[in-house]
Amino acid sequence: MTDFVQLIFAGLALGARYALVALGFVVIYRATGVINFAQGAFVALGAYLVYQFGTTWALPFALAVILAMLVSAGVGAGVERVVLRRVIGRPVFAVIMITVGLLFLLEQFVTSVWGHQSLNLGDPWGVSTASIGTLVVSHRDVWTLVLAGVVLAGFFAVFRYSGFGLAMRATALDQEAAMARGIDVRRVFAASWAIAGAVGALAGITIASGAAGLNPGIGLIALAAFPAMILGGLDSPLGAVLGGLIIGVTQTLTAGYQPQYAAWLGENFYVVMPFVVMILILMVRPFGLFGTKEVARL
Amino acid sequence: MPDDGHEPILAVHNLEVVYSDVIRVLRGVSLEVAPGSIVALLGANGAGKTTLLRAITGLLPVHHGRITKGTISLNGTEVTSLPPPAIIRHGVAQVMEGRRVFAELTVAENLRIGGLARRNKRGLDETYAKVMELFPVLADRKDRSAGLLSGGEQQMLAMGQALMAGPAMILLDEPSLGLSALNALQIRNLIVEINHGGTGVLLVEQNARMALSIADHAYVLDNGKVVKDGSGAELLADRDIQEFYLGVGDAGRLSFRDVKSYRRKKRWSA
Ligand SMILES: Nc1ncnc2c1ncn2[C@@H]1O[C@H](COP(=O)(O)OP(=O)(O)OP(=O)(O)O)[C@@H](O)[C@H]1O
Ligand SMILES: [Mg+2]
Repeated sequence: MTDFVQLIFAGLALGARYALVALGFVVIYRATGVINFAQGAFVALGAYLVYQFGTTWALPFALAVILAMLVSAGVGAGVERVVLRRVIGRPVFAVIMITVGLLFLLEQFVTSVWGHQSLNLGDPWGVSTASIGTLVVSHRDVWTLVLAGVVLAGFFAVFRYSGFGLAMRATALDQEAAMARGIDVRRVFAASWAIAGAVGALAGITIASGAAGLNPGIGLIALAAFPAMILGGLDSPLGAVLGGLIIGVTQTLTAGYQPQYAAWLGENFYVVMPFVVMILILMVRPFGLFGTKEVARL
Repeated sequence: MPDDGHEPILAVHNLEVVYSDVIRVLRGVSLEVAPGSIVALLGANGAGKTTLLRAITGLLPVHHGRITKGTISLNGTEVTSLPPPAIIRHGVAQVMEGRRVFAELTVAENLRIGGLARRNKRGLDETYAKVMELFPVLADRKDRSAGLLSGGEQQMLAMGQALMAGPAMILLDEPSLGLSALNALQIRNLIVEINHGGTGVLLVEQNARMALSIADHAYVLDNGKVVKDGSGAELLADRDIQEFYLGVGDAGRLSFRDVKSYRRKKRWSA
């Protein structure tokens, strides 16, 4: 029983990381209709920036995290302004390929600056743990859940209740009608990319913290978050978060029990679990858990 | 109409609009709207009415359109080709053809969106109360998804959205389109009521009888040009208008081809 609760807890922490990555995808997709394959690069960039600020420049860790999120947000908005705004009106396929190109460019930048070797993020959590009764939880997971919770709650508060969130939702629903109401949709686009940059950075930080370490492969986690996004329904922020949590929990449960109860599936089966869950859910609900039907036309 | 000595709230001068750099849709359109008046803009399908509204509110780029000649002024300030947020802050709010409310958002959220562009947020609650008073049916349904409203209610919501910006003037693009006669009449009366509050109206309509019955002045747009203008009463009495837009006169001439050839003759003789 303790094992089970512990796996669930670790799964939720892992799921929170996926949720942050998936939220970045969804925010951009909703506003602009673009699937941003460069999201994984924000994840890598955010983590390496924390290393730069916290370890190389020896700034306090919390400050390094905030700065990394801000810089990554700036990079996101910059990419939108410099590259993507020029291609508005081009075929969606071309825009998506541009984001693929950006992914490779940014990853190349990361390895040129920080190299290929595995680094220590320099977070204060390390491998330390806390005990709650018989339960042993890592500080890293606790902080992941706290930070993700705060950021996600902030995002949803803005999205639901603020004027800016309303402008974002209106733009996603009908761009021209939003413009006719005086909403500056270019600002909405830029802000969406900035938000994606910031939450991607935070995801990267929580992924690379502790024993995991920092290496250029970190951007690959975006691949595992992809099912989270599709599962949630591509254009639903809430769906992205739930999709992330579902996939995180199934992944840790699989890692915990599959070797024991279904060894015939082979080693490391948990790695492909996100895709298994995605396929199963899409078979029942083709538009994801919370997606709108229109998305299917893609 | 401009002879009352006031600066027109909207003045369009010799406007030319081209789509995709080649399709010229407006060819030298001029018109004026005096403060607090209702001006009707009539014209057949494809005449360029919606295009004119897009040109005024800065929505042409969405359609790959561009103003290639002429000017648009609001209260004497030139605003040609300014983007939509700037136009709204100059006091002009548009209700688009087909209403275009945000179907998945609630009525109240739709109205809040209408107020987003406003600089002075202090008058917002007051405007909201006024809109609710003007359209009591919206007050009853304020937490309902806009997509669930009837066509007439959606038209009211779209008008309410525009009013939330606190405009000096609204542009309405075929508000009676697709509505029952009763609903259209209701919309007509609401337009009059809004206008009585001092808001200027530029009313694009195919329902010419309705539009002319409330217009202080009216223009007829044909193939990208203003071919006629006059007071609402004058145009109601005009033989061509009766024939083309009001469906009175020789029934035999009402087929499209006949009207066209008749128009050609009419132009020659003019
Ligand atoms: N994006 C576009 N690209 C090319 N041509 C266009 C575009 N939009 C409109 N047009 C053309 O411009 C002309 C005027 O269109 P517009 O929509 O302004 O007419 P309208 O008077 O509003 O007609 P309706 O009464 O049918 O709404 C039409 O011939 C139309 O085909
Ligand atoms: Mg039209």
